[in-house]
Amino acid sequence: MGMLKQLLGWVDDRFPLTATWKQHLSEYYAPKNFNFWYFFGSLALLVLVLQLVTGIFLTMHYKPDASLNAAGVPVAFASVEYIMRDVNWGWLIRYLHATGASMFFVVVYLHMFRGLIYGSYQKPRELIWIFGCFIYVALMAEAFMGYLLPWGQMSFWGAQVIVNLFTAIPFVGEEIGIWIRGDYVISDATLSRFFAFHVAAVPLVLLGLVVMHLVALHEVGSNNPDGIEIKKKKDPETHIPLDGIPFHPYYTVKDIVGVSVFLIVFSVIMFFTPEMGGYFLEANNFVPADPFKTPEHIAPLWYFTAFYSILRAVPPMFDSQFPGVIAMGMAIVVLFLLPWLDKSPVKSIRYRGPIYKWALTLFIASFLILSYLGTLSTTTERTLVAQVCSVIYFLFFILMPWYTRMDKTKPEPERVTA
Amino acid sequence: MSNNEVNRTRRNLILATSALGGAGMAAAAWPFIASMSPSDKAKGLGAPVEVDISTLEPGAKVVFKWRGQPVWVVYRTKEMLDGLAKVKDKLIDPDSNSSKQPGYAKNVFRATKKRPEILVLVGLCTHLGCSPSDKLKALSDAETGPDWQGGFYCPCHGSRFDLAGRVYKTSPAPINLPVPPYTFLSETRILIGEESKGA
Amino acid sequence: MIKKLIFAALLSLPAVAFASSGGLKLDEFKPNVEDKLSLQRGARVFVNYCVNCHSASYMRYSRLQDLGLTEKQIVDNLMVTGEKPVETMTAALRRTDAEAWFGVAPPDLTVIARAKEQGPSWLYTYLRTFYRDPSRPTGWNNLVFSNVGMPHALWEQQGERVAHFRTAKDHDGNTKQIFDQFETTRPGKMTTAEYDSMVKDLVNYLVYMGEPAQTQRKITGIFVIFFLVGLTVLAYFLKKEFWKDIH
Repeated sequence: MGMLKQLLGWVDDRFPLTATWKQHLSEYYAPKNFNFWYFFGSLALLVLVLQLVTGIFLTMHYKPDASLNAAGVPVAFASVEYIMRDVNWGWLIRYLHATGASMFFVVVYLHMFRGLIYGSYQKPRELIWIFGCFIYVALMAEAFMGYLLPWGQMSFWGAQVIVNLFTAIPFVGEEIGIWIRGDYVISDATLSRFFAFHVAAVPLVLLGLVVMHLVALHEVGSNNPDGIEIKKKKDPETHIPLDGIPFHPYYTVKDIVGVSVFLIVFSVIMFFTPEMGGYFLEANNFVPADPFKTPEHIAPLWYFTAFYSILRAVPPMFDSQFPGVIAMGMAIVVLFLLPWLDKSPVKSIRYRGPIYKWALTLFIASFLILSYLGTLSTTTERTLVAQVCSVIYFLFFILMPWYTRMDKTKPEPERVTA
Repeated sequence: MSNNEVNRTRRNLILATSALGGAGMAAAAWPFIASMSPSDKAKGLGAPVEVDISTLEPGAKVVFKWRGQPVWVVYRTKEMLDGLAKVKDKLIDPDSNSSKQPGYAKNVFRATKKRPEILVLVGLCTHLGCSPSDKLKALSDAETGPDWQGGFYCPCHGSRFDLAGRVYKTSPAPINLPVPPYTFLSETRILIGEESKGA
Repeated sequence: MIKKLIFAALLSLPAVAFASSGGLKLDEFKPNVEDKLSLQRGARVFVNYCVNCHSASYMRYSRLQDLGLTEKQIVDNLMVTGEKPVETMTAALRRTDAEAWFGVAPPDLTVIARAKEQGPSWLYTYLRTFYRDPSRPTGWNNLVFSNVGMPHALWEQQGERVAHFRTAKDHDGNTKQIFDQFETTRPGKMTTAEYDSMVKDLVNYLVYMGEPAQTQRKITGIFVIFFLVGLTVLAYFLKKEFWKDIH
């Protein structure tokens, strides 16, 4: 024991090990009233690590090569099947990565929903929210580019459609599309650059953003389901918030339970229904990419479908798809503005009035309906529903400065409630 | 409940959870470690290869691929075999005591008793893995040194081997070139990579 | 309220099935990859009738040891192409020839059971609904895959049939040809029951070949979940133990 202490002292004189441990874990005081919704931040971190580790091992066997092998199959596609069959435990690593991608979005969406209902983006946490939004965007880029790599039909045509969105930009669109693809169609050049971005560039950005997200959080302290600042009521002697408890051990032991339960859900999906009924792995993506044959029905993976619905809901104007592209982009940009749109004097939904509760319910409902519609082909009725839902989606944000001011809020408590 | 009892319960729970969690982590690490060993494809391709030496003439060498490595088959003439005895004193390990070969090839010819003229070697220098070049004829030059009886010369660091793959003294290579396991399927067909079955 | 909505939506996700194919109701087939004898029979049908034209280029012959066969049995009975068991099931027909004859090369079949929605039922129905159609260049057509490019490879077993259609109106008032029944014009070597049973074996094999690790996957899953439940229980008590200080 003495030796260890000495070693720790030696390190601490040169590197703030104990100080960091204290600052971020054993003496980081988190509100004691975290509920179910507070599991998803740590779970997102867990899935990030899982994706990095499984990704590194997949890179050892995967080949970003669109040329055809002797059997007439693209090398990239064949290398995924090689991983699924010939590499020891390759199937497990690949399924972990594929299921992990979808579960990442499940966790992140629930984490964002938590932010919405408890006002976690409000002053002084605007930057945490902004970093979070950037993480979300980076994650979408990561998922989109990763999805091209298996080089199946959905990979190819999904990338084709999304890259073509850029060609809708007036005047320079065509050139930009060619520049992104590095070719006139999605090709080997596109596959190789998406691979580079997917395995190196975007993960680096993601890691940096996650660090900033956490540093900003630990600077201002965590919000909680009551939406009140625990730092306002401190013990006069120790200066520790009265409603705060050290993150370690209390929330570390609690998060272990969360991780464990989450891994059970994850395992049930991954080991027993890895395709998740076509939502996590699509049947069409078991067909190698064929630039001459579009599948009958193409849809992005479920986590993009809400935005895809918004894109399709906007009719072409002046012979251009561009307005739809703008709408889709705005649907994401508007998230960044949330801290300044919300004028409510309270943070948590517990003390908000009925108008906000209705607005949020309608917003979530329209987001889910949009997501569902995005998986289907369009009909006149479906497009109409998507249009209504898109309008609700945007009105939730645009009208927020007014309805949050008008709303009858309840008084916030002095201390957190149980 | 006394404070001690509380601490004991807590300590036991921490121990049990850490032990189980640690075991889980170790088990989870296994598939990742295992994924780096040769895949079914690599193992399949590393399987024994059957080679045909019907066109191999006395005094010549052919190269085959086994597990991605060059495998040499040399058809040694009588003179070549006689030369092996002459260089014995110049070798590091003339009896192949510390070198790698199947039991049936641990003799002066480093070949089977039935076919001593056929030499099978893994053609990678035991120094740092370069592939030595042929100096099969008994012609001395600057590289081979005097009284050359035929053999191989490694261009990387100058290791010299005789026609049984035995390494000369003053070579950086420490041991003889390895003989892989092999079996004669017929007069002209050899299975490289598999131990001789009763041969 | 919101919580409930979200949970309801999440739970309903797997239940929502994608649109099925062709409008024809598929005959349901539930594969059983644990039935090794069925897989062995299916593998034999596959190498005898499919590998002539189709490859299974990610499937190594040696992997058939999963079906309880020795390498020698595989080499002697099932290896119709290739020289070594490590080789994959390449088609006997050359790709360039196939393209010249059929216009397109027959698709690789390794993951065919996963490449179709409701793959097993689709394949089971498809392989049993070929019928004679003189208007097609091959003389064959199919109910599930209309105007299919492949002739009926198993016609000797199933026999030759023609399909009768009746005209009906759908709810928009458009007339449509609806399949009524088959009429056998030349019986095959097998009875309908024997033929269906053979197709079941073949589809079973195709499902296995689509993911040879699936049995290992499920077994591993049971162990992992069992372990995690144990860990959850311990972690829960550990959490409770610490949190009893917090009021």
